[in-house]
Amino acid sequence: MLTSKRLILAHFWLAFAAFGLALVLGAWQMFVRSPLNAWHFNPEFYYRSVTAHGSIMGYVLPTLVAMGFGYAISEAALEKPLLGRRWAWTGFWLVAAGAVVAMIPVSLGWASVLYTFYPPMVGNPFYYIGVVMVVVGSWIWVALMSINLAAWKRDNPGKPVPLAMFANVAGSYLWGWTAVGAALEIIFQILPVALGLRGTIDAGLARVFFSWTLHAIVYFWLIPTYIAYYTIFPRAIGGRLYSDAMARISFILFLVVAMPIGVHHLFTDPQVGAGFKFMHSVFTGLVALPTLLTVFTICASAEIASRLRGGSGAFGWVKALPWANPIMLATALSLVMLGFGGAGGLINMSYQLDASIHNTQWITGHFHLIFGGAIVIMYFAIAYDLWPHLTGRALDSFGLMRTQLWLWFIGMIVTTFPWHYVGVLGMPRRMAFYDYANPAISPQAFSVSMSVIGGLILLISGALFLAVLIRGHRAPGTDVGPYQFAVAVHVPARIPVALNSFGLWLALMVGLTVVNYGYPIAQLMVLPETSVPAVYVGAGR
Amino acid sequence: MTTGTDHGIGEAVAARIEQRWAILSIVIVGVLVGMAAFIGIHQATMPQGHVETADPRTLHLSGEFIESNLGSEVEPDGSVTVRAIGQQYSFTPQCVLVPTETPVTFRTTSADVVHGLLIEATNINVMLVPGYVSVLPTRFKAPREHVMPCQEFCGIGHQGMWGKVKVIDKAAFAKLAAARRRLTCVD
Repeated sequence: MLTSKRLILAHFWLAFAAFGLALVLGAWQMFVRSPLNAWHFNPEFYYRSVTAHGSIMGYVLPTLVAMGFGYAISEAALEKPLLGRRWAWTGFWLVAAGAVVAMIPVSLGWASVLYTFYPPMVGNPFYYIGVVMVVVGSWIWVALMSINLAAWKRDNPGKPVPLAMFANVAGSYLWGWTAVGAALEIIFQILPVALGLRGTIDAGLARVFFSWTLHAIVYFWLIPTYIAYYTIFPRAIGGRLYSDAMARISFILFLVVAMPIGVHHLFTDPQVGAGFKFMHSVFTGLVALPTLLTVFTICASAEIASRLRGGSGAFGWVKALPWANPIMLATALSLVMLGFGGAGGLINMSYQLDASIHNTQWITGHFHLIFGGAIVIMYFAIAYDLWPHLTGRALDSFGLMRTQLWLWFIGMIVTTFPWHYVGVLGMPRRMAFYDYANPAISPQAFSVSMSVIGGLILLISGALFLAVLIRGHRAPGTDVGPYQFAVAVHVPARIPVALNSFGLWLALMVGLTVVNYGYPIAQLMVLPETSVPAVYVGAGR
Repeated sequence: MTTGTDHGIGEAVAARIEQRWAILSIVIVGVLVGMAAFIGIHQATMPQGHVETADPRTLHLSGEFIESNLGSEVEPDGSVTVRAIGQQYSFTPQCVLVPTETPVTFRTTSADVVHGLLIEATNINVMLVPGYVSVLPTRFKAPREHVMPCQEFCGIGHQGMWGKVKVIDKAAFAKLAAARRRLTCVD
């Protein structure tokens, strides 16, 4: 039973309002950098916009969705009101205030450093302080999830932790630990320089710290989506989850191997040696495992649902799936995008192939397809599924929901496929504009224009999404019953301790991080004269 | 009772299928990682082995990155070393001259913020991080011109940071190299 409805709604609404804003910026960016824009403009506006778009989409949206969804899971799966609701509100207001504190200097053009920071460029200190507030607010959530789980375990000794809560807590631990890298970078390296206490910074070390956060953060974004695959999707289509144990193993694998792989972002960097790059490349391959396992379990769960509805044949059962159900549609579209994006990810994993696409538009296309596509479309599904339970009103504009989901899928494909293609041609990313008259660049003009159309479709889809939610608040009241998660075909009566607790896995997570990051970080810290003068951005205005 | 047994059999079958898929997944990942390792060792396309440093504050005063030393140099063994730096918002040299069918090593660094360098239509792609030297061995096949954009956000002039690479015939390069110590296509 959900009791903290206002708290959860506040998280989702702040997340989606910020998302709407960032979506407008994103569509504008697609347009101004394309050959369709014949007007001159100040390139600084572009980088300002990219900073805001990235900070909102990377830090604010997924963090708030994970937090709001996490509180909902805690109450619904453990069947008891959230412990520490006042702390949860503190966390929410910290995130909200942090978002505002960060966005003011960004919108004034005082911190156009992009959400990946790029020291030795250093912007206004309030930008970094705002980001730290967002992270600290989310750490309160991490602590609350852990506390709620511990209290439940005390009351239910020996019982299997409900899968949704198990996955939710795994995600919160992953985030708590992965955020430490960027936090170290900001607190010990960037902020002292931004505040004028120090004038130099080790840019190479900062990149290593950021890579600690940069890759596992993606799995933090992904975990609500996977929770929806495993615990919402089978129930929503009237089926059962194929395997409870495999689901737990997948989330554990994410927790353990998502961390020690971030150096694959630094394959072409000079400050990390070849040995550790290889180690991180191998672990990056391993992180494909939980996704392969998940795809199997989810497809098998879909087949169970279909056969229960009378579906038959080796592939004929696909037709008997409840395609009119928005959750069905969202999950299917999400898996298609995950397939394409995952294949791209396996390409990025190898140093040799990465060399031809590193920092090209391919990468932008890749993470928009995976995050913006496969992950965010399930955020929509989560909201659609939860909304009636939060508002106490029916959410039944199913046609509108299906249109919205299809538009998001089509928009994402039309945006990212040409993006991948121009990346292979060698088009660098993060540029305000390109000289399309240059014969070396002109072959890319058509594809870039295609992406603009995709961006426009995404904008329309985003507006429809917000419209559906707003309509949900005006619908007539209805009794929707308690919020429930999917049940496994073979409900486990008992479960091995390893699949029901986190001690071992947390030790492995920290241990592997130390193994894979300890030496590169220590080496750079003892290497003399690697600190370089800071270059202040947006100063003297 | 029969349902209980069916349930047990069903569970065992489900677990077996799942196990097979898990093993297949591990094999897929193993093959991919193995392929990357094999190609890396076999074709010697491995990342830089060691970390080298260069202080951006004194690049222009002494050491290998002083202005008169930038450009392409022919080594005693016939290979070519290209030294270049990136700074907001250009490369020096702005146009790199290299020969065909010759081992070429790029030695690059940054004089201010983080830059990157990619050469279109090749797999040459490297970050320039101030404080560190990036080393990249490569080879060019045919004479042609390539654009060489900065691939990392380096400030509000980033979109203007485009260099060039001119690949010329090995013999023509040797003739030019006999006359000058360091070659670029700017002068």
